[in-house]
Amino acid sequence: MDFLTLIQILDTTVRLATPLLFACLAGLYSERAGIFDIGLEGKMLAAAFFSAAFAAITGSVWLGLLAGMGASLFLSAVHGLASITFRGNQLISGVAINFLAAGLTVLIAQDWFQQGGRTPSLAGAARFNEIDLPFQSALADVPYLGPIYSELISGHSILVYVAFLTVPLTWYILFRTRFGLRLRAVGENPAAVDTAGVNVIWLRFVAVGICGVLCGLAGAYLATGLQAGFVKDMSSGRGFIALAALIFAKWRPWYALFACLLFGFFQALSFRPDVVKAVLQFEIPGQLMDALPYILTVVILAGFVGKAIPPRAGGEPYVKER
Amino acid sequence: MNAEPAIELKGISKAFGPVQANKDISIRVMPGTIHGIIGENGAGKSTLMSILYGFYKADRGEVFISGTKTEIPDSQAAIAAGIGMVFQHFKLVENFTVLENVVLGAEEGARLRPSLSKARKLLTELAREYELSVDPDETIEELSVGHQQRVEILKALYRKADILILDEPTGVLTPSEADHLFRILKGLRDEGKTIILITHKLREIMDVTDTVSVMRRGEMTATVKTSETNPQALAELMVGRKVLLQVDKVAAQPKDKVLDIQGLRVVDDDGVERVKGIDLNVRQGEILGIAGVAGNGQSEVLEVLGGYRSATGRVTLNGQDIDLTGRASDGQTRRANGICHVPEDRHREGLILDYFAWENMVFGYHRAPEYQRSKYLMDNRAIRRDTEEKMARFDVRPPIPNLAAKNFSGGNQQKIVLAREIERDPELLLVGQPTRGVDIGAIEFIHQQIVELRDRGKAVLLVSVELEEILSLADRITVMFDGQITGERLAADTNENELGMLMAGITDTSGAA
Repeated sequence: MDFLTLIQILDTTVRLATPLLFACLAGLYSERAGIFDIGLEGKMLAAAFFSAAFAAITGSVWLGLLAGMGASLFLSAVHGLASITFRGNQLISGVAINFLAAGLTVLIAQDWFQQGGRTPSLAGAARFNEIDLPFQSALADVPYLGPIYSELISGHSILVYVAFLTVPLTWYILFRTRFGLRLRAVGENPAAVDTAGVNVIWLRFVAVGICGVLCGLAGAYLATGLQAGFVKDMSSGRGFIALAALIFAKWRPWYALFACLLFGFFQALSFRPDVVKAVLQFEIPGQLMDALPYILTVVILAGFVGKAIPPRAGGEPYVKER
Repeated sequence: MNAEPAIELKGISKAFGPVQANKDISIRVMPGTIHGIIGENGAGKSTLMSILYGFYKADRGEVFISGTKTEIPDSQAAIAAGIGMVFQHFKLVENFTVLENVVLGAEEGARLRPSLSKARKLLTELAREYELSVDPDETIEELSVGHQQRVEILKALYRKADILILDEPTGVLTPSEADHLFRILKGLRDEGKTIILITHKLREIMDVTDTVSVMRRGEMTATVKTSETNPQALAELMVGRKVLLQVDKVAAQPKDKVLDIQGLRVVDDDGVERVKGIDLNVRQGEILGIAGVAGNGQSEVLEVLGGYRSATGRVTLNGQDIDLTGRASDGQTRRANGICHVPEDRHREGLILDYFAWENMVFGYHRAPEYQRSKYLMDNRAIRRDTEEKMARFDVRPPIPNLAAKNFSGGNQQKIVLAREIERDPELLLVGQPTRGVDIGAIEFIHQQIVELRDRGKAVLLVSVELEEILSLADRITVMFDGQITGERLAADTNENELGMLMAGITDTSGAA
């Protein structure tokens, strides 16, 4: 395997890690606030459809993005209403959202576009196109650093950069701000937050809202950045992989970045069976390669992570009592 | 003394459904005093304080803080009014540092750093002033319970509380930690803070308060100066009738050996030997008490006899060998053989809290013929009827078989367990911590029931970490230390000091006694 192939694989890794990263950070905000969110998948899917649909109709990817985030936020609000206000079971609410999104997206797509449950292909301003960072062609010939800059770092859509910048931002919010302190506290012991005179319900809704926005970005990137349009079930389990990455990362932003890159790397490998064969000296069946990220998810969840302690109040609705 | 009370409540009433938790309560708490509020579990003390802290909204009544009428709709308002609360179950974030816990909710500005460094400075000052030293960078889970409580107090002081409410603060503390707490409270009072101490322990009220108010069944029955009252009078006010703080019993008349233990050894799951070869016996018509600091092997002895821990050695009941390997006999067969068991922890071993009282009333006896309708069906109606009768005899309140166990107060839960076990008229009753978390009125009742069983000629093995309880209830006392027996005394011939020495593993007092 030569250097350029490695760069190419890593480049694909970055693209594929982006939706995972958005979803993983989305889950991080929600779960750090004590709301388990198994509905990342559904929110992502809904956002993917609505962003693609609105981009197709209006011709503007930015309006598409807004629509995607709106759809995702709406589902977040449903989840919040069910699990925060009415203290319902968070898993059931999340599962319901997943089913709802899987069915409704195809149904509406068929009704609007009559293309068998997909949106028209997007092109031009209806997609997030790759942006070239300054000097990328000038630096391309510098050995090693050139390709790294022009191939790996430059030439992604804006959302990729947003995703990677969200990591330090999340870290800062979580550990350096008042809001972050309260958010972490409400996921550990909401009673402590309540007796300290802070509104638990509001705080959790804000967290779930941030989760909605980030899932919206993840979905929009899927349909208008990574692909050019929506197809049925296009999130293909990424929401669950993001959850696995979240546990792997022990609910920490920087770890989440590496976990998502790892999962992205395995997804990228499955696109390059030739490389895998060259490195390993034997062929791995294509189906197995495709399944690799999912197998990895299972292995990691089965306890490869070591001790991952979730937020202590996670999954429990807050009931005032003494 | 200032004329204006720091807190004045006028005509506070609060009902939860049909239960009137607070009935027309008025109270005046003077500034710069420690004001005790005493009452049995469920008397409405905590509800009243929750209203004051904005957790519940009163149905009727007014709150005045330093003479000004104040509405307290939520905790935020209570904090703003200068009220700080130290809850019985701490409201701390376990994996946060002390500093983060103190600052939480009282941050200044959106960025954390400035608030934290300011809090650090203030904590050092407070620590110096009031003996409240804790390492600000330690996480809560690494702190002892006593230190965690200090963090709660610091939290209140950081929010500039002038009025500090402590709800059952010593329930989780060791005696020396409790003494330290009281020193802190007195220091705070001398600085002009007002302190409200909620408790059901008479001794604390006498030790530390200036004024005491007594609550009973949702009503405020009296407010008196602590210096002008005594424990006996307060106990009567609490319970509403004369209470015996001492157990009333005649001398024991022990007869034949019921239980005989020889060379009992217990190794726990981690491979540590917890009981190191002890010999014991209990006779008909006597109560044998095992005293000792918690964790010295007494619990294991009870668990072995109860049938849910295996051991080696020889144990006989009325001359019959009992299988200790755990293969041929379990809790159910032990009970069928006449060893009934009131476990130490009623929440973990004695009851299933989410189950109804009538279901809990048959656990361990659910195969008894009187509860069966046919080979496969249980006779639930008979069980409910049986439960009603037992609840009436043991004065369980409320006497509703269809109420989940968790909805009873601690004392009534314990009565349910006792009724289940004692009503079987066992040959040997095992009792662990019979009055832990139980209020005075119920303690008296429970002690009476145990003594009555003894007087019917049955054997009782009592394990308790409350020395006072052992001394007043047991006839013969065995002391355990580090898995061994360090001494045995007749209850009538010994005292707290002597037993205390034995409990600490010092065995050479027998000559002096």
